[in-house]
Amino acid sequence: MLFEMRKEWSAYAMLSPFFLLIGIFTLFAVGFSLYLSFHQWDILNPQKPYVGLDNYRELRSDAYFRQAVRNTAYFTLGTVPLSVAFGLGIALLLNQAIRGRAIFRTLFYLPVVTPLVVSGLVWKWVLNGDFGLLNYYIGKIGISPQLWLSDPTLAMPSVIAMSVWATVGFTMLVYLAGLQSIPQEYYEASSVDGASARQQFRYITLPLLAPSTFFLGVYLIISSFQVFDQIFVMTDGGPLRATTTVVYYIWQAGFHDFTMGYASAMAYALFAIIFVFTVIQVVMYSRRTEY
Amino acid sequence: MSVAPAREREAASRAPTRRRPRRGPGYPRPLTKAFVYTLLIAGSIVFMAPFAWMVSASLKPLEDIFTFPPTWIPQHPTISNYTNFLQSQNVARWFFNSAFVTLSIVFVQTILCAMAAYCFAKRTFPLRDTIFLIGLGTMAIPAAVLLVPNYLVLKHIPMFGGNDIMGNGGHGWLDSYWGLIVPNFINMFSIFMMRQYMRSIPDELIDAAKVDGAGHLRVFAKVIVPLSKPVLAVTAIFAFNFYWNNFQTPLIIISSPDHYTVPLGLAQFVIKNRTAWDLVMAGSVLATLPVLIAFLLFQRYIVRGIAISGLK
Repeated sequence: MLFEMRKEWSAYAMLSPFFLLIGIFTLFAVGFSLYLSFHQWDILNPQKPYVGLDNYRELRSDAYFRQAVRNTAYFTLGTVPLSVAFGLGIALLLNQAIRGRAIFRTLFYLPVVTPLVVSGLVWKWVLNGDFGLLNYYIGKIGISPQLWLSDPTLAMPSVIAMSVWATVGFTMLVYLAGLQSIPQEYYEASSVDGASARQQFRYITLPLLAPSTFFLGVYLIISSFQVFDQIFVMTDGGPLRATTTVVYYIWQAGFHDFTMGYASAMAYALFAIIFVFTVIQVVMYSRRTEY
Repeated sequence: MSVAPAREREAASRAPTRRRPRRGPGYPRPLTKAFVYTLLIAGSIVFMAPFAWMVSASLKPLEDIFTFPPTWIPQHPTISNYTNFLQSQNVARWFFNSAFVTLSIVFVQTILCAMAAYCFAKRTFPLRDTIFLIGLGTMAIPAAVLLVPNYLVLKHIPMFGGNDIMGNGGHGWLDSYWGLIVPNFINMFSIFMMRQYMRSIPDELIDAAKVDGAGHLRVFAKVIVPLSKPVLAVTAIFAFNFYWNNFQTPLIIISSPDHYTVPLGLAQFVIKNRTAWDLVMAGSVLATLPVLIAFLLFQRYIVRGIAISGLK
């Protein structure tokens, strides 16, 4: 093997930037983060003692952290199913012989390419309690104005609505690609056998879209668990921490209070949660009926 | 509802003569086109409303922004929000920073990742698949886990930003272009997409070049890169979009306004000017323009890229 390695040295040379950067900024970093989580690592304090599992124990009793986990779960459970459902719906509408498909596709995808800082600001303005567009239009149908982002019960649904808007275009595009890979013959054969459109959707379309749904589920759950930008811009984690998600709390602990050991422990807890969800999805996906 | 049976009959009577190969599957009953268009148009109006509102507000004087009921068409259109925003802040500098950082990343990342992808796709060497699998495994690590350690790593890069050879004493790559750019030269997602694509390049082409005396670098530059242009365009446009919009990294590592990127500058501006919605909306339009233009120019690559990546 050593001889082989020496003979193919130029492959390792070509990969050297990969080794260096993945090595430092991912592999070392993930280990260093674990190390930090076992220390009381306050950046302003030169003493950084080893504290064992104290940071993790503190997490368990930290009401703010528990709230952040609940908020993150709320955000994910709200955003992911809605984004998948609307994205699939739009993809089905666009997967027909209609004019202007490309234009509609572009319009629905535009929020995805827009910086979340910009989208967050514009939505904050649309949802403004005093001058916001939304309050004006719901007023027209007889609903009293709401303080969307400053009411603790409405703030998270508002952020979810904005996030669904910002991700639906991506979901739609993935489903469109999935729909176009389903052979048309399946539909023709099943209609010869007398299958209704509803049956076709249930027994052909949905099962054959499973790879797309799996990909979207994994991707959207991982990114929703790490939501940050729109929270920062729209609510600052408020009101009353109602929209403080785990990553927002990590940012506060690590870069506002500079308690980096504690922030790392939180990050590892989040890592564990995301890992469990991903494994569950992979297992469910691999157990599905094969077609 | 009551008209549906008539439409079904009409559709059924037409079906044998004019089969539409692309007719979408999966509906409880054949939807009429009018219904589909109504849904799509209504949906896209709702989707576009925030953008229209942003552009409209950016062209209004401040007192018109706060009028209620709101007006979509500016009564007294003006571009003074744009000029005031550009003058009040060092916006040109933010744009330069964002453009410099984003384009540097996209350019170098495309080359380095393509080289790595070529090795994983077409070269044989010991531990190739193990190394690639470890690389894929790193994609499962949430970015949030890397925030804190990488902040400390950047702070202690030796011989930069006043640091000594042990990496102490200064701020290292924090608050610098280096810190924004260099860690992003390698992107596992790009490598994965490129590798998938490059595997379909016939080995005969590579062998023919080697018979002609080409080394691995020449094969890479003369055979692999030209044939991989579609996938390189895909990863480049995704990277441009991602790094232009990136907010969290600059927020954490950049402190001096001279190094603000566009999203960071805009967010900081809002923190300092909570009610200046006229200028904020002008800034929002400006911040969106580059990604919007890039998207409109290259959207066919995005569609193709999602077809490549989403189905794997």
